[in-house]
Amino acid sequence: MALTQHDIDLEIAAEHATYEKRVADGAPVEHHPRRDYAPYRSSLLRHPKQPPVTIDVSKDPELVELASPAFGERDITEIDNDLTRQHNGEPIGERITVSGRLLDRDGRPIRGQLVEIWQANSAGRYAHQREQHDAPLDPNFTGVGRTLTDDEGNYRFTTVQPGPYPWRNHVNAWRPAHIHFSMFGTAFTQRLVTQMYFPSDPLFPYDPIIQSVTDDAARQRLVATYDHSLSVPEFSMGYHWDIVLDGPHATWIEEGR
Amino acid sequence: MTKIDTSRPESVLPTPSHTVGPFYGYALPFPGGGDIAPVGHPDTITVQGYVYDGEGKPLPDAFVELWGPDPEGNVSTTDGSIRRDPAGGGYLGRNGVEFTGWGRIQTDANGHWYARTLRPGARGRSAPYLSACVFARGLLVHLFTRIYLPGDKAALAADPLLSGLDAARRDTLIAQDDGKGTYRFDIRLQGEGETVFLEFQ
Repeated sequence: MALTQHDIDLEIAAEHATYEKRVADGAPVEHHPRRDYAPYRSSLLRHPKQPPVTIDVSKDPELVELASPAFGERDITEIDNDLTRQHNGEPIGERITVSGRLLDRDGRPIRGQLVEIWQANSAGRYAHQREQHDAPLDPNFTGVGRTLTDDEGNYRFTTVQPGPYPWRNHVNAWRPAHIHFSMFGTAFTQRLVTQMYFPSDPLFPYDPIIQSVTDDAARQRLVATYDHSLSVPEFSMGYHWDIVLDGPHATWIEEGR
Repeated sequence: MTKIDTSRPESVLPTPSHTVGPFYGYALPFPGGGDIAPVGHPDTITVQGYVYDGEGKPLPDAFVELWGPDPEGNVSTTDGSIRRDPAGGGYLGRNGVEFTGWGRIQTDANGHWYARTLRPGARGRSAPYLSACVFARGLLVHLFTRIYLPGDKAALAADPLLSGLDAARRDTLIAQDDGKGTYRFDIRLQGEGETVFLEFQ
């Protein structure tokens, strides 16, 4: 029997109810998905069964994980944050500006660090050879960008609105439109890869990947806000998305960076 | 809800993690990602292995990031791991001279990965190790582990992490010496011989 959207909907609802009950019974709020989240079928064989071993970083400030790889001006080019200018012609689609701040858990900006993005084109097709979705490639759009945060932790990308696309988790599975983000902090422990979504996407309830974040408030933090002040007149629509990196860091290393 | 008001600490909450999905391959990996050691450096080691799922099948759609100190135990603050070409828009690659300590390596179609880096020196109370972070389609939150090198039994026995693990689990964190500076380190995401993964607090 092919797995239907209805089957997945029931599983998503059950996972959500289980989480809500755990929290009501006093368990801590979970900001991240559990790696073991069955509605996303690819997770079944790819999550550890053993609990992770906890390392208390306060016991050893010398841990290499408390430092972070460094990136600099030579790791990006000037137009790497403008995905509409990487080819000879203009990509097709609705131009957007996506901007926000990269922060740590204390709300302090993470300066001069690498932010990488990748996304589907406006038709919902990735420029990836294994992508099977029968939607047109755009010769003027690759969908890859990178930038360094500035002294206030700001990043900014110009791109086109990605399209939603089908995938094979179950019959008639569709991913809400999203942009993949990869970030570094001041410590390797803060490493984050995630996806940014757009406001009011009707696909949210059906998608086991966004629903893997079972906490309602946490899930909202993956959704950008439309920001008219970021819209560029006669050019692009603006979205604001701040990112907060989890994970402990050695605050004393950051001084002077 | 995604404008964070930093004057209200209670509103500064983590952005949730998500899987990298299947299509990062044209975005994140870069040429020479695993060639971390400066060219011809005498302390170069090769680390290689496979990433396996719960059925023992290798993952062709995972990548590993390595992060380690130099042989003296110093952490690099040098950028330039993914130098770009401002003229053509492609990659220049590492310059082969400087050590950045960091690399990103995509598994190949067989699920195999390799890196050439510098033998890590000891830091603090730990035995020498490389930090490794695993990303894959199907993995909703990346996984941290460590690649310890065999050899110095006293240092391994005194390591605060290793000394707290039972023998079978401990061995999943210690690479196998294949001679000539080459080490094998397989990553098993689930099941028999499951690699020890770490969380930091």
